[in-house]
Amino acid sequence: MDYANSFGHIVPELVLTGAALALLLVSAFAGDKASRLVSILAAVALGGAGAFAASTLAEGSSGAAAVAFGGLLSADAFAGFAKLLMYIAAIGCLMIAPGFFDHRKAMKPEYPVLVLFATVGMSIMVSATDLITLYIGLELNSLAAYVLASFLRNDSRSAEAGLKYFVLGALASGILLYGMSLTYGFTGTTSFDGIRIAQETGLSTGALFGLIFVLAGLAFKISAVPFHMWTPDVYEGAPTPVTTFFATAPKVAAIVLTARVALDAFGSQPDAWRQVVIFAALASIVVGALGAIGQNNLKRLLAYSSINNVGFILVGLAAASAEGASAMLFYLAIYVVMSLGSFAAVLMLRNGDGDNLETFEDIAGLSSTRPGIAWCLAALMFSLAGIPPLMGFFAKLAVFWAVVNAGLIPLAVIGMAASVIGAFYYLKFVKVMFFDEPVGRATKAGSAAQWAILVVCTVLISPLGWFLTGALETMTNTAAAGLFAGV
Amino acid sequence: MIGIEHYIIVSAILFVLGVLGIFLNRKNVIVILMAIELILLAVNINLVAFSAFLGDLTGQIFAMFVLAVAAGEAAVGLAILVIFFRDRGTIAVDDVNRMKG
Repeated sequence: MDYANSFGHIVPELVLTGAALALLLVSAFAGDKASRLVSILAAVALGGAGAFAASTLAEGSSGAAAVAFGGLLSADAFAGFAKLLMYIAAIGCLMIAPGFFDHRKAMKPEYPVLVLFATVGMSIMVSATDLITLYIGLELNSLAAYVLASFLRNDSRSAEAGLKYFVLGALASGILLYGMSLTYGFTGTTSFDGIRIAQETGLSTGALFGLIFVLAGLAFKISAVPFHMWTPDVYEGAPTPVTTFFATAPKVAAIVLTARVALDAFGSQPDAWRQVVIFAALASIVVGALGAIGQNNLKRLLAYSSINNVGFILVGLAAASAEGASAMLFYLAIYVVMSLGSFAAVLMLRNGDGDNLETFEDIAGLSSTRPGIAWCLAALMFSLAGIPPLMGFFAKLAVFWAVVNAGLIPLAVIGMAASVIGAFYYLKFVKVMFFDEPVGRATKAGSAAQWAILVVCTVLISPLGWFLTGALETMTNTAAAGLFAGV
Repeated sequence: MIGIEHYIIVSAILFVLGVLGIFLNRKNVIVILMAIELILLAVNINLVAFSAFLGDLTGQIFAMFVLAVAAGEAAVGLAILVIFFRDRGTIAVDDVNRMKG
């Protein structure tokens, strides 16, 4: 085994692990007053790791050239794209956090450190080409995420969110592991390549059970229906910057991991998992849309919105082609931008005392009291609803184009029809903000970093974002080619 | 003669008991933590049995990783449970209801 070469492939993970450990010591010695410094250094580390990840994407590395540690990890372009997206999302979540935590006197240096550890776990997840590395990455991410969810120790909702997330997350890990043990037993190997080759001749009943359990465990992590019930509670209870983090970076990691497991490890039996993915995709779109209708809490609503969006992303996976994988990554990138922007806007809604506002009553008539936030939020909601000429429409177009080309026309038709239901509650946002009697509760200004994130996200999903679609499409195509070259 | 099927059946029973322990238990969150351990141990029985059956060491190495992560998971779970108890003064499952989903 060539260790020098292998270590060269995991530079982003090494940078992040080193930074996280060093910053943990800094925060232990310097205490809460170092939190600003630790946040900045963590963002710098994420930026540095992102530069390395970008280089693997630019090279379009794939196949044997990208394999590290004898097939345990693969630093291919597919992982490179996901890492880049996750690091950018994590930096965004570090930037918007101080404005929220400072008011509660809860800004602790452990927040950026935990975000870094979670990001290391996610990097391992997206690179994993072996069941053992997959499990280690997933748990590293999950354990940091459980702590982050209960980060506001004196807030009863935060503690409850942490507990619920822990119990259901641990159950999901158990189901996933049981599936992996069956897959190992019936194929005799834990490497994705080995599993794919072993299943080329056919799928035994035991291996099919393993596949179903693995997919069920992963569906928990990406909050796809029917394993979505933890999402609204955890999103509502967790501190809003943490919710933003959950809705962006770990979701990218879990979806990319699911795609790699489906297309690489179980790539020789696409018919076996395709029906499961199609069911989960359609159910997520419908449940995400219907569940959101009665909600009054904005964070719960955005949680259902993320379930809905995961459905559309799974539609791209169901195509089981390089085009589908590329469309999926394209959707994922735009979804991350839209989520980051919407949560930044929700974070900026604060009353005179600085407490965060989270319900529809609080944003009534926002357009006359806070026109800047209202217009940005309206653009983001139109984009999430998939209305042209905003970028959310092109993301949906890309995934449906891919499934139509893969011959799954009924799936595309049902998916599109269901997306209309979702438009209802996104438009309700706009209706409440623009046409209801102003209550003028949101009076406190947001922090400069929150404004920056909101404006950048709004510009990216606006028609101005078209200028970037060419570059984004090249990147997603390179990434998808990187995955399929190894298969 | 005890064969591989017996191990798979035992581990399947343990796994189902663990899952039922999470969903049917209405009393105590500690019991849920125990049920999670039961699930992970069911997985370990599977891994070690398959490893011996296949004559391949990977499964036993995997079981070691699972044990290590299970220890970490229990530590994090108990820590979260402690802050929950400090806040509410109870660890009954029915009291985990501040948010309705």
